[in-house]
Amino acid sequence: MIEREVTIRNRAGLHTRPAASLVKLAAKYKAEFFIDKEGFEINGKSIIGVMTLAADQGSKLLLRFTGEDEEAMSDAIVELFEQGFGEPS
Amino acid sequence: MPDKTTHTTEVVIKGIPASPGIAIGPAFLFSKQAPVIREKSIGQEEIPAEIARLEQAVVRSHKELRKILEFAQSKLGEDKAKIFEAQLMILEDSVLFDSVYGRIRSELRNADYVVYDEIGKYHRMMLSARDEYTRERAHDVEDVRNRILRNLQEERLISRLEGSSIIISQNLTAADTLVLSRNDVLGYATDIGGITSHTALLARALKIPAVVGARTISQTVRPSDRVIVDGYSGIIILNPSDETIRELEQKRELFKQFEERLAELRELPAQTLDGHRVDLSANIEFEQELAFTRLQGADGIGLYRSEVLLIGKEVFPSEEEQFEQYRLIAETMYPQPVIIRTFDIGGDKLMVNSTKENNPFLGWRGIRVMLDRPELFLDQLRAILRASTRKNLSVMFPMVSSIKEVRNAKRFVEQAKDQLRKANLPFDEKIKVGVMVEVPAAAVIAEDLAKEVNFLSIGTNDLIQYLLAVDRGNDVVSGLYQEFHPAVLRFLRRIIERGKRKDVWVGMCGEMAGDPLATILLLGLGLDEFSVVPKVLPEIKKIIRSVKYKDAKKVAKHVMTLETEDEVKEYLRGVMKERFPDIPIG
Repeated sequence: MIEREVTIRNRAGLHTRPAASLVKLAAKYKAEFFIDKEGFEINGKSIIGVMTLAADQGSKLLLRFTGEDEEAMSDAIVELFEQGFGEPS
Repeated sequence: MPDKTTHTTEVVIKGIPASPGIAIGPAFLFSKQAPVIREKSIGQEEIPAEIARLEQAVVRSHKELRKILEFAQSKLGEDKAKIFEAQLMILEDSVLFDSVYGRIRSELRNADYVVYDEIGKYHRMMLSARDEYTRERAHDVEDVRNRILRNLQEERLISRLEGSSIIISQNLTAADTLVLSRNDVLGYATDIGGITSHTALLARALKIPAVVGARTISQTVRPSDRVIVDGYSGIIILNPSDETIRELEQKRELFKQFEERLAELRELPAQTLDGHRVDLSANIEFEQELAFTRLQGADGIGLYRSEVLLIGKEVFPSEEEQFEQYRLIAETMYPQPVIIRTFDIGGDKLMVNSTKENNPFLGWRGIRVMLDRPELFLDQLRAILRASTRKNLSVMFPMVSSIKEVRNAKRFVEQAKDQLRKANLPFDEKIKVGVMVEVPAAAVIAEDLAKEVNFLSIGTNDLIQYLLAVDRGNDVVSGLYQEFHPAVLRFLRRIIERGKRKDVWVGMCGEMAGDPLATILLLGLGLDEFSVVPKVLPEIKKIIRSVKYKDAKKVAKHVMTLETEDEVKEYLRGVMKERFPDIPIG
């Protein structure tokens, strides 16, 4: 299992569009992917789950990856967060 | 006992003005019963049928939503239609449905109950979120759930009305608002919702008057009541007297005339009574805004924020992609001029940089980034140049703080031109180059900058932040962000004077250019170009066309003697009230 901490960088937060990009990217990998926000955990491959997070700019999230391609997956997902989903910060 | 069938006296209910206009007509009480859910056990042998039933309901829901999405796209445009895409994605959420199907199998309960319960968990969490955005999304989730449940129970939804009416409801989902609008809807009034709710956003897009957040309206109204929805002041009047109706009809006429007068202004130049002409152009981000911009009577585009091309991209758009976009804008606006600002990307974000900066506003941003990334800069410059063949494009650099940067940037422009010459591609040899004045240092050296470029454009938002050392986004100090701070005004005067001394035109593309309270002052300071959001264009034009340049100069001169922002604003408000009582000012 790999754990990584990320911060939401884009101004609008994890709203629908970033949530969609995140879920779509996650779907490309086999590993299980969970997102933990302040102790509340959701499945990162579920759009409805990610929408529930209400993660706004500056929120810290703990990402958990478990599975054979966990390393590649965690790198790709963390990168997406670090780029602020390509949105203005 | 109050009359149960209709109100006999006038009832006034206050809500939030969500979409302008006044509607007068009969009420139609739109009440959607929340689906009734019965929890039932099913037998092992019934599982396949139950699963199939749910699958069918999901397919039907998907079809319905696709239709609504298409209708929304044609009626509201791609952007606003996005809210329905989110609902479609939920229908495609395999994690969600895996657990729903799993629960039907393991708990041996009916699909209706499991769907209701499973989606309900998410719905409740979203409703308790702190931010309004997520709470609004909760309605989307609820809407999808109810759609599936309705399809499970094979019920149809009423969306057809008799005659024209005002829709009154506890709440309207995005889909309700849109689907109902296919009838002759005069207005909307809802108990809940804010200015950013779906009802509000869609009503504005559909140009239908609406008042939201009127708390008890759906319980107070009787089906046969006559209703007035005043979307200007956020008031709903039930059973209005004849006198009230006359009054509101008058108000409606007055506003309509005002709006028509503004429309008449479209073809007229932004010119003062004594013949001083300025350019009034628009700031835009998306090509979809171009049509509206022309409609509003703009003299051109004073700021195209090219960085929007980066939104949602994992890599920088290629020269070819950028060229297509810039050409589209240049052609659509032709013969009017368009200023393309090179990528203004902040230091802490995206693609070119993954190192964190402690102080991104004072970090790697704007022209600094592009000068450090010649390959990206050249791609963009070539794309702009190639799109300039009609000679109506200019290029502008953001965040310039020294002459050295301008010279370097210009060198890249020349290099890009050379490359195009070698490739035998046409471009405007005399393309105009300008800089944004948004760093105080640039304001101080405005005269020298003016020697290097064809125009200066003042970016007030950043200039004020840097000059006053106030982060506008920081609630603790945002009150200190003052557009009319005398230091800001003196700076503006200086930039305009120094620019003009060197015969370059000086424009402004910051928010201040679109503030009606600042128009006469800026005009009097000698600003050559106002670049504003398309929405406020007619208003600013009206102000410019109603004053004499020599009076505006007097106003500016007097403002320069004032010592506090409060004094400046009070004086300007007085001037505005006297001359333009019908223009709302902040």
